[in-house]
Amino acid sequence: MDQKNKTSKKPKNSKFSQQELPAWKPILTPGWVITSFITIGVLFIPTGLLALSASDNVVEIVDRYDEGCIPDSYSQKAESYIQNPNQNKTCVRTLRVPKKMVAPIFVYYQLEKFYQNHRRFVKSKSDKQLRDADAQDDTHNCFPEDYTADNKPIVPCGLIAWSLFNDTYKLSARGKAINIDKKGIAWKSDMEAKFGSNVYPKNFQKGTLIGGGKLDERIPLSEQEDLIVWMRTAALPTFRKLYGKINTDLESHETITAEVENNYNTYKFGGRKKLVLSTTTWIGGKNDFLGIAYISVGGLCLFIAINFILLYVFRPRRLGDPSYLSWNRQPIV
Amino acid sequence: MIPVANRDSGRDQEARSNSRSFSSNSRPQIEADQDSGRNSYADCCLVEFSEKSDEELDELSRKLYGADIAPIVEPTVDGDVPAIVELTVDDASSWHSLILSPSNGPAFIFVILDEISCLSGVEFSNLLTLSMRARLKRSSLYTFGCIRPSRESTDEPHQFQGPGFSRHVCCNEPGFHRKKPLKYPSNYISTTKYNVITFLPKALFEQFRRVANLYFLLAAALSLTPVSPFSPYSMIAPLVFVIGLSMTKEAVENWQRFMQDMKVNMRKVFVHSGNGIFVKKPWMKVEVGDVVKVEKDRFFPADLLFLSSSYEDGICYVETMNLDGETNLKVKRSLEVTLPLDDDQSFQDFKATIKCEDPNPNLYTFVGNFEYHRQIYPLDPTQILLRDSKLRNTSHVYGVVIFSGHDSKVMQNSTKSPSKRSTIEKQMDKIIYVLFTLLVLISSISSIGFAIKTSKQTPFWYLPQDDKNLYNPTRPLTSGWIHLITALILYGYLIPISLYVSIELVKVLQALFINQDINMYDEDTGTPAQARTSNLNEELGMVDTVLSDKTGTLTCNQMDFLKCSIGGTQYGLCSSEVELAAATQMAMEVDDMSRTGAHGSEIELEIVESGERRSRNRIKGFSFEDSRLMNGNWCREANADVVLMFLRILALCHTAIPEVNELTGGLTYEAESPDEGAFLVAAREFGFEYCKRTQSSIFVREKDPMSHEPIEREYKLLNLLDFTSKRKRMSVIIQDESGQILLLCKGADSIIFDRLSKTGRSFEEATKRHLKEYAESGLRTLAFAYRKLESSEYFTWNDEFLKAKTSINGDRDAMLERLSDMIERELTLLGATAVEDKLQQGVPQCIDKLAQAGLKIWVLTGDKMETAINIGFACSLLRHGMKQICITTNVDMSSHNSTKGVKENILMQITNASQMVKLEKDPHAAFALIIDGKTLTYALEDDLKLQFLNLAVSCASVICCRVSPKQKALVTRLVKEGTGKTTLAIGDGANDVGMIQEADIGVGISGVEGMQAVMASDFSIAQFRFLERLLVVHGHWCYKRIAQMICYFFYKNIAFGLTLFYFEAFTGFSGQSVYDDWYMLLFNVVLTSLPVISLGVFEQDVSSEICLQFPALYQQGPRNLFFDWYRIFGWMGNGLYCSLIVFFLNIIIFYDQAFRSNGQTADMAVVGTAMFTCVIYSVNSQIALTMSHFTWIQHFLIMFSIITWYIFLVLYGMLSPDLSGNVYKIFLEALAPAPIYWLSILLVAVACNLPYLAHISFQRSFNPMDHHVIQEIKYYKKDVEDRHMWRREKSKARQETKIGFSARVDAKIRHLRQKLHKKSSPRVSM
Repeated sequence: MDQKNKTSKKPKNSKFSQQELPAWKPILTPGWVITSFITIGVLFIPTGLLALSASDNVVEIVDRYDEGCIPDSYSQKAESYIQNPNQNKTCVRTLRVPKKMVAPIFVYYQLEKFYQNHRRFVKSKSDKQLRDADAQDDTHNCFPEDYTADNKPIVPCGLIAWSLFNDTYKLSARGKAINIDKKGIAWKSDMEAKFGSNVYPKNFQKGTLIGGGKLDERIPLSEQEDLIVWMRTAALPTFRKLYGKINTDLESHETITAEVENNYNTYKFGGRKKLVLSTTTWIGGKNDFLGIAYISVGGLCLFIAINFILLYVFRPRRLGDPSYLSWNRQPIV
Repeated sequence: MIPVANRDSGRDQEARSNSRSFSSNSRPQIEADQDSGRNSYADCCLVEFSEKSDEELDELSRKLYGADIAPIVEPTVDGDVPAIVELTVDDASSWHSLILSPSNGPAFIFVILDEISCLSGVEFSNLLTLSMRARLKRSSLYTFGCIRPSRESTDEPHQFQGPGFSRHVCCNEPGFHRKKPLKYPSNYISTTKYNVITFLPKALFEQFRRVANLYFLLAAALSLTPVSPFSPYSMIAPLVFVIGLSMTKEAVENWQRFMQDMKVNMRKVFVHSGNGIFVKKPWMKVEVGDVVKVEKDRFFPADLLFLSSSYEDGICYVETMNLDGETNLKVKRSLEVTLPLDDDQSFQDFKATIKCEDPNPNLYTFVGNFEYHRQIYPLDPTQILLRDSKLRNTSHVYGVVIFSGHDSKVMQNSTKSPSKRSTIEKQMDKIIYVLFTLLVLISSISSIGFAIKTSKQTPFWYLPQDDKNLYNPTRPLTSGWIHLITALILYGYLIPISLYVSIELVKVLQALFINQDINMYDEDTGTPAQARTSNLNEELGMVDTVLSDKTGTLTCNQMDFLKCSIGGTQYGLCSSEVELAAATQMAMEVDDMSRTGAHGSEIELEIVESGERRSRNRIKGFSFEDSRLMNGNWCREANADVVLMFLRILALCHTAIPEVNELTGGLTYEAESPDEGAFLVAAREFGFEYCKRTQSSIFVREKDPMSHEPIEREYKLLNLLDFTSKRKRMSVIIQDESGQILLLCKGADSIIFDRLSKTGRSFEEATKRHLKEYAESGLRTLAFAYRKLESSEYFTWNDEFLKAKTSINGDRDAMLERLSDMIERELTLLGATAVEDKLQQGVPQCIDKLAQAGLKIWVLTGDKMETAINIGFACSLLRHGMKQICITTNVDMSSHNSTKGVKENILMQITNASQMVKLEKDPHAAFALIIDGKTLTYALEDDLKLQFLNLAVSCASVICCRVSPKQKALVTRLVKEGTGKTTLAIGDGANDVGMIQEADIGVGISGVEGMQAVMASDFSIAQFRFLERLLVVHGHWCYKRIAQMICYFFYKNIAFGLTLFYFEAFTGFSGQSVYDDWYMLLFNVVLTSLPVISLGVFEQDVSSEICLQFPALYQQGPRNLFFDWYRIFGWMGNGLYCSLIVFFLNIIIFYDQAFRSNGQTADMAVVGTAMFTCVIYSVNSQIALTMSHFTWIQHFLIMFSIITWYIFLVLYGMLSPDLSGNVYKIFLEALAPAPIYWLSILLVAVACNLPYLAHISFQRSFNPMDHHVIQEIKYYKKDVEDRHMWRREKSKARQETKIGFSARVDAKIRHLRQKLHKKSSPRVSM
């Protein structure tokens, strides 16, 4: 018994229990440091250049029209203009194509100072209701756009849907209308799974509060791509959303006429509206920052590497030199 | 009950005059006693024989004790009168003892006390035991019946009633105690914290006592309200996980405790089951009132009333090691009336009632009455056998259970050890407070921002007021206040919820590794090291001062006869441990030297000689090796007569008793001090086997040097002059077979040298030289001398001596002192012995290493100052040439002067010493402070303690002797609080418990029997030497691991938590989070926690061998290089930087442009996911940079964390959108095909870690720390290529020490070099 006890108390002599597992013990030798900094630099700078050139290949036309589309007579009372339902709000903008734009050309609208990411706003929807025709009463986050005055559920409920962007654009070049393809602008998964194909808008925009765009009650939500895009709330108060695609090339120096129906009220909070036409490359839209950032980080790495090299040249330290051990150094008085 | 009486000198005088003869002529009578084999005394200084009649004796005793002792005298019916054999007086404790010995029948011991009031019953019994141990020894003790004064004259039943004395026990009728009102708790004990029912509430309560956990609980509760920025489950799930894990740990620990309890509860004991039959029952089934039978070497299952034992006179011996740490046996006596109950059958009809005090924790008191046969007998502590004490030397006892289970005194006494927290943990609390402040700050910013934004947001038509008033543009102030709560929850990520649980987990795993360390496993006792509390692991790496007990910790309390010097010649070839170590060190140095220069052979030779290990089969207490003396060769020595006398002193001058070892048939010696034991063993080995002691003679079996035939010689023991610390010597006066009377004396060298005759000094010079050498080697030395006495001279002296001895005057001591001084003169020096106080294995080496690691070592011992100093030498805490500062209280002064005077005197001593230390110019001068317990009492008082501490700190070593357990604790507290540094106390006995509990870390030495110290300790190791590994390896590792781990934890949570804040600023401070709830939930629990745990468990900056080889590395801990505010804020700054990079790079990259060629722009889910991926990459690559030790586990866990994130993302994205919301298919559909996503990860991860990488590269390159350089040496295998350099650095890698061998070895080497120089110089001249 005693013997057994003793043996059972004896620790196991395994590599693991004795903390002697084979281990990789890398140390930052100057070689390693310089090599890794140079490697990063060498990798990053070309990548940055690539990204920059890709970004450079993107042709982008941005036109701010919120101010320009207010008639001069209304310039001091833009709000009353935009809120007047009887007013004709069509306005014509002229865009110049700086470089040849190869299809597909994406048409975006850009809003600024619009807090789509506000918590009050983000919460205000019902995923269930959007997906499921039987869940139309599931409106618990949607106040005040949950029920109509006569207590009928609003589909789609909530502030996001209610504030749907409703400016429209019609483009034409040389008198010929350019077709804007409104299909395929939303994520496929959204259309397939998040917005029900048997869910139809109901009681939408029929209350006392008027929000943004209206929806065709005959079309199921899954096909209301504008709504689907709008409901993907943006991360920042300045955002672009896809309006449509142009599947024809636009030639360089071409003049495009954009007929904007200026319905959406950003005047109240002083937000800007922009119409954007842009091509894309593999990095997406115009994004100089990525390339610059890459080049800067790469450059910084090279700079550090050079510094290290210089320091090693002037103040070399033999690795593992015992004279650097604290007991060999002169005590600092 | 106790035969005590006020001593009245008048009556004493009368008593003495009544006893007629005091003469040695009475010896024949005594010898007759011995023939009956009943009593043999170790040393009977006074033989008093009286031929008084019964009446006379009766009167004498009545006068002496005020008690009627007639019943004792009565048994001697045959007219034989008891002899008063011995009467001793001990002034120190004011007691007298008298041993009466009738010619047949038991002898009796009387003890008379001066002050009745100051001694309790137990103290008395201790005293009795003590006196008996000292004089009579256990083996022969039992034949002495103990005084059993007649009941009718002295004993009144205790008069007690009322509260506190309500216990009522019906003996042998446990059934009575099964129902009220006599229902007492069962004997089941439980030390568990929780039971099944209380576990949940109690454990939960414990968990939520931590501020951070409480905060998270509050946050989780609030997450159920609409205020919360997150869904409730994302707040509750991690909390449940974290709390659940902690509680599981608690549950496991509780279960282990329960199993331990059960082991005790299931111990078996014989319990009377009726009709005189005893059956075995587990302890837990024992009930109050049960009669139990306990056998030899078993523990008592409960507090018992002692009824009878296997001895006729109803005594038994009890070892109370588990209660108070004392190893000596205590005698318990049953009541006389219960004596006949001495076999199983007699309990058939046994009925009695006990009324006594209620359960209480006082071990040394007991008040109760025993009602038996309608008579009431009082009970006192001597009849009580306490639970957890052990029956010794008695084959069995019967007892009745009085207190069971938790009512028993030992259980009432158990105190919870104080919960200790490590320095790092305390500092961590401060960091948590800093983070809380930060949290409140940014929450306030956020809510002020929100209020402002809200008030200005009236034009935001798409943001109407909500139904719950959380957002109300018309009342921004209310909204702002409510938002404060939201923000406090939102930024909770700044405080790592999993920090505590991760640390706890890591510490448990670290503790497992400590337990598993095979290098701290003691093969002999089969005990591994044990981390009993895991929360102090890292504290082991920060220890500054070690306070150590001596006996049992540093030493084994075993002496080894090692060397002697006889007649000016040295004998004994074995070297002491100190010498051995010096030799080893020298060998190394010489090796170095032989590389550089050529002359080393001479020294090497010497080393080979001295380095010879003590091999052979060892005899305990004897490590002597020298053929000149062994095997009877001594008689061939030139001065054989001197040697003979020397060896006779070894065999004769002592107070030990021989005992026949039943196993081997050989003799073992029961000696008062282990030195004596060693001498006797040595004498035996030299052929002088001490074999028998009678009242008046010592028998020695001497081997004839020629024929090797043993001859038994008898030496008449005439007188024995005891050893006292004041006298520092001991003598016996013997008469050998030829009638020659000799005085044999051994004692401290200084004392002996003063008493030599003019003719007896022939060896003085040589002996002195040898003594100095021995002392330097850390050996205990004694000088031996003798004197031939003329019989006339002796008898004149003896008469006077006897007179003095029997006088009971105040000046008795002085008289004795004077008389012994008179005879112990004119001595002839024979030589000296050197005994090694066996240190525990490896102690000097360990102390040396600890000193090299920069630890200060204090020794706190209950021993005498001389012993303590000796040990100080032996374990290298003291060395020759060290200036010893002894601070003592002059005895005379203390008795005459007031406390104030004493204090002033001590203060003066301290100031003088401090002044001396301050003025010392030699930087290598070392001071040692030695202080005794009495002085310490004053020095520890408030007005002196700081001066004392300052002096102590400036001394290289501190030895406190004669300290009480309480003082040990006080000293520990003084060091702990006075210096503010981490203290570690190490000890093995119950007297160290206070110190162990008081120190920051308590270490118990396990493996020995007493478990008290271990139970109170935080770590237990089997041997002192394991302390080195525990501190230098595990402490160092654990400190670094925990420090790095905590820093990293704060880093990663700041890096993550602040991104939430930045984002919120872009959402109008609305409290929206960019991440999905699930991301955040997993962040702390799964995605970043495992690598950091592996860092905490497996990281090693250098391997264990290097830790041991370079003790200086340990100083990184006490200097707290890895967890100072500089470093903590550095890491926090790194976190801040990282959060900025992660957030802004991602935002700028993703904010408005299409992020892929299909033209889609990034929504919040995409930005959040991309950002979160970057966080995961950044923090995980950060930890990879932090680590320096990658086993497959680290590789796996880092990879696992990143891969898990993707697996989660894919799986989560495949769930129904009802569950996954915006994350639905986000990775596969939106992010994975976008090159910009991957590019941004790379960019952010690199950018985040760039400064840290540059920082550590720069630091390593231009300002390397020690471990960096050593890592490099190892990396390039320079240690193999350049062994010389490696060895040189190893020997240099130590803190400047003034203690330990290294310091002493240096001195020794210098000494040897000088010798070498002397030897070689003549050769040069030739």
